[in-house]
Amino acid sequence: MCGTCGCGSDINGPSILKPGDHKHSHEEHQHHHGEHLHTHDGHHHHHYHDDEHSHTHEHSHRHKVLEIEQDILQNNAVLAARNRGYFEAKNIFTLNLVSSPGSGKTSILERTLTDLKSEISFYVIEGDQQTMNDANRIDALDIPVVQINTGKGCHLESDMVFDAVKKLEMKENSVLMIENVGNLVCPSMFDLGESKRVVIISTTEGEDKPIKYPDMFHSSDICIINKIDLLPYINIDIQKLKNYALQVNPKLQFFEVSATKGDGMEAWYGWLKVQSKKV
Amino acid sequence: MHELSIALGIVKIAEDETKKANAKKVIKIELEIGILAGVEIDSLNFIWSSAVQDTVLEKAEKEILIIEGEGKCIDCDTKFSMKNIYDCCPNCGSNFKGILQGKELKVKTLEVI
Repeated sequence: MCGTCGCGSDINGPSILKPGDHKHSHEEHQHHHGEHLHTHDGHHHHHYHDDEHSHTHEHSHRHKVLEIEQDILQNNAVLAARNRGYFEAKNIFTLNLVSSPGSGKTSILERTLTDLKSEISFYVIEGDQQTMNDANRIDALDIPVVQINTGKGCHLESDMVFDAVKKLEMKENSVLMIENVGNLVCPSMFDLGESKRVVIISTTEGEDKPIKYPDMFHSSDICIINKIDLLPYINIDIQKLKNYALQVNPKLQFFEVSATKGDGMEAWYGWLKVQSKKV
Repeated sequence: MHELSIALGIVKIAEDETKKANAKKVIKIELEIGILAGVEIDSLNFIWSSAVQDTVLEKAEKEILIIEGEGKCIDCDTKFSMKNIYDCCPNCGSNFKGILQGKELKVKTLEVI
C-alpha cells in the first residue's frame, strides 16, 4: 500500500512537478514515481543502519520479545532534521504555512512575494492533493516553485519536501515558503524541517477554532489572522479568538492582515525581513 | 486521516525490526500512545487491518497502552493532569506549562517468532 495516501498502488501517490512540466506530465509522472520509490528504498536502508541497536539474537523458533521503544514518527523526524541542516547551512529561512482550506494561504503568499521579491530571494513549495493551480499562481510572479501533489494524502511529510527541495536548486540567503495541504489537523504532527510554523486563520472561521483544533495552534510559532477587511460584516470577537489561541499556546505571536486589501501586511513584512536576516 | 501514516510508520518499524531479529512475523505488538499525541485511537483501529495486510503484523495482536496527560506549571510548579493540550494550571490559571507526559507515540515491544 502507498505510504502517503493509502491507495493500493502508486498511481495516486505524491508527485512533484515544476510549472511547465505538465507538457510531459505522463512521462514525468512515471519518472517521479520511480524516483520516489528509489528514495524510499534509500530511506529504508539508511534507517536500517541508523537503528542498529545492540541487542543480539540467536536463531530460534521460540517467541522473542523485542524492546523497541521507538518513536513512530522517527523517520519523519530524521528526514526533517536533514532538511533543517541543509536550510541552516545555506542560510535559508523556511516557513511552513498551515491552515484550513480557504483561509487565504496562497493569497497571503502571493501578496508577500509581490511586495518583497525585490528585497528577498524567495522559493516556494506548494502542497495540495491535486492540481498545479497554486504553483501556477506563484510561477506567474516569477518565483521558483515546485508543486507537490499528495494524491489522497492529507499533509506534507519531510521526505516529500526533501525531494521537492532537490528540484528547487536554492541559492544561499533566501526564504523558502512551504504551503502545506489545507488541513487544520494532520499537518500538525509532521515536522518538515522549517524554521518557523505559521498558522493562518481567517475571520470567517469562528473564534473557537484554536481550541477545536488545538494541536495545530500548539505547534505553531506565528498566527496570522486574515480577512480583517471583512470584520464590519461578520460577528467575530478577534480578542476572544486570540485568547483561545493563547490558551493553547501562550508563545504565539499574531499578525492581523487582509491579503486582498493589504491592511496589516507591513508588520508581517517587518517580522519576515528581520527573521530572514537572523537565520 | 493521518492515522494511516502513523499505522504505516508502525508497519515499517515492525518490518525492519523483525528482519533484524531474523524472525518471520510478529505475534504481538505493544504501542504507547499518549492522549495528547493527536492520534485518534478509533481511527487507528479502523484503518489497522488494511494497513497491516500482507505485512509481518497481519496476524499480530495489538495492545495500545494509553498514557495519561500530565503537565507542570511554569509559573507555580504545580503538577496537574491534562485532558486537553490547552488545559491551564488548576492552581494559578497560567497557560505556561511543560507537558511531562501524554505526547508519546511509540512502538514499545514486538513479540516475534
